[in-house]
Parts: sequence; structure tokens; C-alpha cells
Amino acid sequence: MNNPFLIHSLRFISLLLLQVVICNSINFLGYINPYPYIIFILLFPIRDNRLTLLTISFILGMLIDIFSDSGGVHAAAAVSLAYSRPVLLKTSFGMLYEHQSIKFNLTEIGSLITYITLGALIHHLVLFSLEVFSISEILLILKKTLFSCIFTIVLSILIIVLFSRNQR
Amino acid sequence: MQQIFNFVIKNKTFLLFLFLFGISLAFTIQSHSYHRSKFISSANGITGGVYGMVNSVDKYFGLEIENSKLAEENKRLRQLLLNLQINADSSFLQNKENNNLNYVVRTAEVFKNSYASPNNYLTINKGEKDSIYEDFGVITPKGIVGIIDNTSNNYSRVISILNKKSRINAKLKNSNHIGSLEWNGKSPEFSQLTDVSKFADVKIGDTIETGGESAIFPKGIGIGTIESFQVDITGDTYNIEIRLFNDMTNVGTVYVIENKDRKEILELENSDE
Repeated sequence: MNNPFLIHSLRFISLLLLQVVICNSINFLGYINPYPYIIFILLFPIRDNRLTLLTISFILGMLIDIFSDSGGVHAAAAVSLAYSRPVLLKTSFGMLYEHQSIKFNLTEIGSLITYITLGALIHHLVLFSLEVFSISEILLILKKTLFSCIFTIVLSILIIVLFSRNQR
Repeated sequence: MQQIFNFVIKNKTFLLFLFLFGISLAFTIQSHSYHRSKFISSANGITGGVYGMVNSVDKYFGLEIENSKLAEENKRLRQLLLNLQINADSSFLQNKENNNLNYVVRTAEVFKNSYASPNNYLTINKGEKDSIYEDFGVITPKGIVGIIDNTSNNYSRVISILNKKSRINAKLKNSNHIGSLEWNGKSPEFSQLTDVSKFADVKIGDTIETGGESAIFPKGIGIGTIESFQVDITGDTYNIEIRLFNDMTNVGTVYVIENKDRKEILELENSDE
């Protein structure tokens, strides 16, 4: 289980299935769903090529779109998140990122929460803007973004903490 | 030339981002126009298979509700049967011998249902193999669900009435005033009927049913009851809020309706254009 390629493929498939089978049909209060598949994009190895990350994010988003009949909204949101990831890393981890030495298992939980929060905000804002697709309903977009964000952040942190191999 | 290459290499991440974002945006825009969202659809073997596996577990949790729904429908049909007055005149007999059914009904199971996004679709487990094609109507015992919009060999996608693109012809039950059934994307309990003439006698609590003009649904399938209504800004038409009969958040088994005369009706309607 130390082959990074294997770990990431496994993570890709399990997060995809978790998303389409369970999370897409939660519909808490009628419309609130978490989108924990962003964990894959957030925790992708930093030293790897950014082009690879962009392409894989696009494929992940597209697959979720195919499953949920939503055109290309997830793909667009995933690609935006993947593109803005270096900025998020810099703001939330600071010096660690400069030295290219972040280990997600070992970082402080505080910076991890900042990182996930910012990532979820960007992803959900793009996602719901495109899904609703009308400026006149900006309140609806913001409402959906806010509530789904809370749900996603809590679920993502739980998943990351549960599955991290190093005990904090 | 050298400079162009340098530019591309320097900005390759940004260019790839723009390219991929553009593709996703194109798919999104395409999915917002009716009948063009064919490419990205859950009616294919892989997604259908996954949803099928989930459904085979999931359906055991809803068996009790499904049973009571069936019993309810059986009761209603039995009531109709007992009260049916059979006219034993010649035309009826002839009809029976010819077996000329106008509508063919097939059952299907819902594999995937959504109601939280502005454009909702259902995936059902029958497709072209079971002679289900585009533009067939989909109903439950209680009321309408939607229209088949995309089919593969084993699966079909249904464009739900809870979809901003969906337009279905509907009418008031106690008069013949017609309107167009739409959804504003807000609550899965309510749907909106627009373009109802202001001469119509609209009362709260009245029933709305399908109009039978579209050649997709037969006339008289229930949709819902009037919850509230108001005159449109132009003052000529009513906008009616309808409480749906169907609980769209819980759809298990559906009936797919094929209108055998549809082709003929369409040919007739298009002949004078």
C-alpha cells in the first residue's frame, strides 16, 4: 500500500462513488448536498505537475457530471479549484509551501481547516453559479454555496482525519 | 514564432485551464438548451450499471411504501372495473377484435432521481431494447413524472417536470382552458401553470390534468391541485401555483406510455407548414 499511484487511483474511485451514490442523494432540507470529492484535488501531491492535476480534476468533474446529468458544472468547478490551488496553499500554509515540504498528515489542523474552507468556497461558488445560471438569482446561489460549504467542510475534515495514517 | 512558443510554454497551465474550463462551460450551456444535452447523460451502460447496483439494495427499504401504493392503485382500478358499463354494441366488439390499442403502457424502475438542482433528471432501467424511445410520457399511479429525453440500449433518461426546461401541456379539469406546465426551480412540491386565459374560472383546490394536445400524454392524467393563483403582469393570463399529486422526491416504479398515434398526429400537424 505504499505505491502513490495505487493510493491515488483508489482515492479517485472511492471518492467518485461516495459522491454519486451517497452524497448526491442526501438532499438535506431539500437541497443541501456535500461535495467531498474535492478532497482528491486538495490532497493531490504537491510536487507533481500542475498540468496533470488540471487534467485529472477535469476528468473527475466530468465523470460526476455524467452521473448526475448536470452538463459540465462539476468539471468547471473542479478545474477552477485545481487551478487556484497554489494560491490557497500559499495563504494557508505559508512558509511550508515555499519549501515544498507540506505533508498533509503532519500539518496543523488549523491551517488544514483554512485550506479546505477556501477550497470549498471557490469550488461551490463556481458550481452553483453555473448550475443556477442566472444573475438575478444570486441570493439563491449564495445561500446554496454557504450551506453546502458548511456540510462539505465538516465532512471533508472528518474524512481526512479518519483516514490519515499518522495519529495526531 | 519563437515568442509565440515561449508564450505558450510559459503560460501552459493557464492555457490548459482556460481550455478545460471552456469545454465544461460549453457542456453546461448546451445542457441548458432542450434536446441538445445528449452527450453528457446518465443513460449509458456504466452509470446505469452503478445505479442499478445501488438500487438493488436500496429498493428493499421502500418495499412497504411501494406495496401500499400498489394496493391503492389496485383498489382504484378494481373500482373502475366494477363500475364499468360495457356497451355491447357492434363497434365495441369490432374494436376489441382488432385489438387496436392507442396507448401502450410499460413499467420501469427508477434507478436515479434528483430534485435538488434546477434541472432534474431521472434514470430508468428500460431502454431501446424494451422499445422505449424519445418523447414517451412517464407517469406514476398518482400523476405525471416527465418525458423520456434520451435512451440507450438498457436505460433511459427522463426529463422530470421538476426541470426548468420542461414544458408540458396541461388544462383545468372542469373547463377546457389550457396552459403550460413549468417549474421555477424552487420547491419540489409545487409546479407552475402559466398562460391560462383570464376567462378561465380558476378556483383554489381545483384539479389540473394533462391536456392531451401534445400527443405525448393521454388526456386526463392528474398533475395536481391549485394552491394559489395571480394575474400575470400583462393582465391577460393567470399564473397558477400547483401542488403536485406526486411526491417527486419518492418515485419508485413508473409507467412509460407510448402513444401509437403520435407519428400520425405529428405528420398531420406538420403537413400544412
